[in-house]
Amino acid sequence: MLENLEEIELVGLLNKIKEIKTDGWLVMQICATKIGENYELLYTFGKDYDVKHVKITVEPGVHVPSVTDIFPAAFLYENEIHDLFGIEVDGINHDYKGGLYRTATPAPFA
Amino acid sequence: MAFVNFTKTELKNLFKKPATEKYPEGPSTIKDATRGHVANNMDACVLCSVCQMRCPTGAITVDRKAQTWTIRPFSCIQCRRCVDNCPKKSLSMQKEYTEPDMTKSEQVYELSDKQKQFLAEQARQAAERAAAAMEAKKKAAEEKKAQAAANAESLTKPPVNDEKKADDKKEG
Amino acid sequence: MASKRSVIPFGPQHPVLPEPIHIDLVTEDEKVVEAIPSIGFVHRGLEHLVTKKDFGEMVYVAERICGICSFGHGYGYVNAIEHIMDIHPTDRARYVRTLLFELSRMHSHILWLGLMADAFGFESLFMETWKYREKVLDMLEAATGGRVIFSIIRIGGLRKDVPDDVLKGFLPELDNIVEGIKACEKSFLSDPAVLSRLKGVGYLSKEDAINLSCEGPMLRASGVAHDNRTRGYAAYDDVDFEIITSDEGDSYGRCYVRIQEIYQSADIIRQCIEKMPQEGIYVPIKGFPNGEYMTIIEQPRGGACYYVHASGKKFIERMRVRTPTFANIPALAKTLQGCDVADVPILVVTIDPCISCTER
Repeated sequence: MLENLEEIELVGLLNKIKEIKTDGWLVMQICATKIGENYELLYTFGKDYDVKHVKITVEPGVHVPSVTDIFPAAFLYENEIHDLFGIEVDGINHDYKGGLYRTATPAPFA
Repeated sequence: MAFVNFTKTELKNLFKKPATEKYPEGPSTIKDATRGHVANNMDACVLCSVCQMRCPTGAITVDRKAQTWTIRPFSCIQCRRCVDNCPKKSLSMQKEYTEPDMTKSEQVYELSDKQKQFLAEQARQAAERAAAAMEAKKKAAEEKKAQAAANAESLTKPPVNDEKKADDKKEG
Repeated sequence: MASKRSVIPFGPQHPVLPEPIHIDLVTEDEKVVEAIPSIGFVHRGLEHLVTKKDFGEMVYVAERICGICSFGHGYGYVNAIEHIMDIHPTDRARYVRTLLFELSRMHSHILWLGLMADAFGFESLFMETWKYREKVLDMLEAATGGRVIFSIIRIGGLRKDVPDDVLKGFLPELDNIVEGIKACEKSFLSDPAVLSRLKGVGYLSKEDAINLSCEGPMLRASGVAHDNRTRGYAAYDDVDFEIITSDEGDSYGRCYVRIQEIYQSADIIRQCIEKMPQEGIYVPIKGFPNGEYMTIIEQPRGGACYYVHASGKKFIERMRVRTPTFANIPALAKTLQGCDVADVPILVVTIDPCISCTER
């Protein structure tokens, strides 16, 4: 029911996001959802009032590449995903190394 | 000068009544719609525990055995959900805020004697009705059995036995 | 002589900060060369409660994400669920929601003006603005019964109607507030002492504001006309308003935009009261939500995204709230670069940080 949703594979993620950036879209939010055992990562982009979503599904333990090389302002979202869901994100420009949220249990939403 | 501007406001404020209320000394203004705390009219409550089920924070406990209705005012979020869902309209939202306390106290409301009698009377009547219904059902079953036996003599067909089903219904 | 770099920890406890944010300021003499923000002191895991409370009860939790934009959070969640379940609230519900939303915006902006006055050390101006904030709270209390948490919104409409005579009573109150803020505006926008603290402080160019995905008054103060209210949720399609922008890009511009938005909100409230339809307030709902939706609304602090993923059960799989402060923190780090240490409190306040809602 999400409008403008595109579901892609993890392998094509960075290329897809580079493409989106060249089209002039900006990152609005990144979030993870636990569906059964797997995690869905939803990347939302905005251009003026248009919204576009890209979704990937990853299994537990899979490392996800960071998009902060393309969108530097996305570092908070990626740190949040790491801290709440325990998904490893490789190569964040400001990596808080699990220290963004001071939670009592590591990865409480996983 | 802009600087003089605020000086004007400040001078005005010096001679005006204070904008605040001296609350504990005088009464505070309360609006008609203010949600302060939940109170229960124990003359009307039937301990149906709908409020307990509806409360999002679990602040209400209904004890049917002890015939009490308990609220923990420090867990209550004044959302009005119990008041809106009360079938007997015994719950009401009062305008005064919960009084501060040193401990997270509980407020226990005991059923009024009148209401206790009323509920006891109702329970008795319900029990009577149930007993009467049971009696009637037994009679009917016996009659059926007798009839079935009479039928069996002529047709040798097994009778339909729905006695158990009827019993279940009664308990529920 | 080469200057030495030193790190000054700022926050989470600081007199100017309304909420706990920690910033490591890398300074060279009096200049900040880099700022590393960190949050996470008040993470409560409210989003996770969506898997433990049924979807109707979750409205109360959503409202408690933040105390200032509480109505907006409740509305964002309810709006997402209503889209998934294909519910269309009645006209009166839409108008009352818009009215309460704008009252919250007035409340938030006036509160911010007070905090700003406090940040540059103008205590009596702070008290003066909060006097009017109190009046807005009184109006909210008269309408909903709560001063901070309203508990009036529910999936399908409203839980309680706001009587027409109460709404009519708002009109003189609004005039009062606008008049009071107009008197304060002179101090904010033309007092030479205040101007020296605001003008040119924390400049953010239009390009940076866009590239850092800024939101709300922060973005509009840099000259970008972007306001999510034009998406037309609630009754914003039916009321007239213009997006307020400023080309200044500095703290003065943000102050200007927020003050103008107070007047604009008062105007939208007047329009709502005038056009208020007479209809029911609630549409009954059936079944459980199934599907996913993201709704984007304009909170007082900027655009907020509410993502709901439901799977046809009583409990929803995931609710995600992206609050405007979350999007504005990278911009804060950017504006802090190159500013004086003495300006840091003002710059932190200009993004109108709401850390509790950021961390949820």
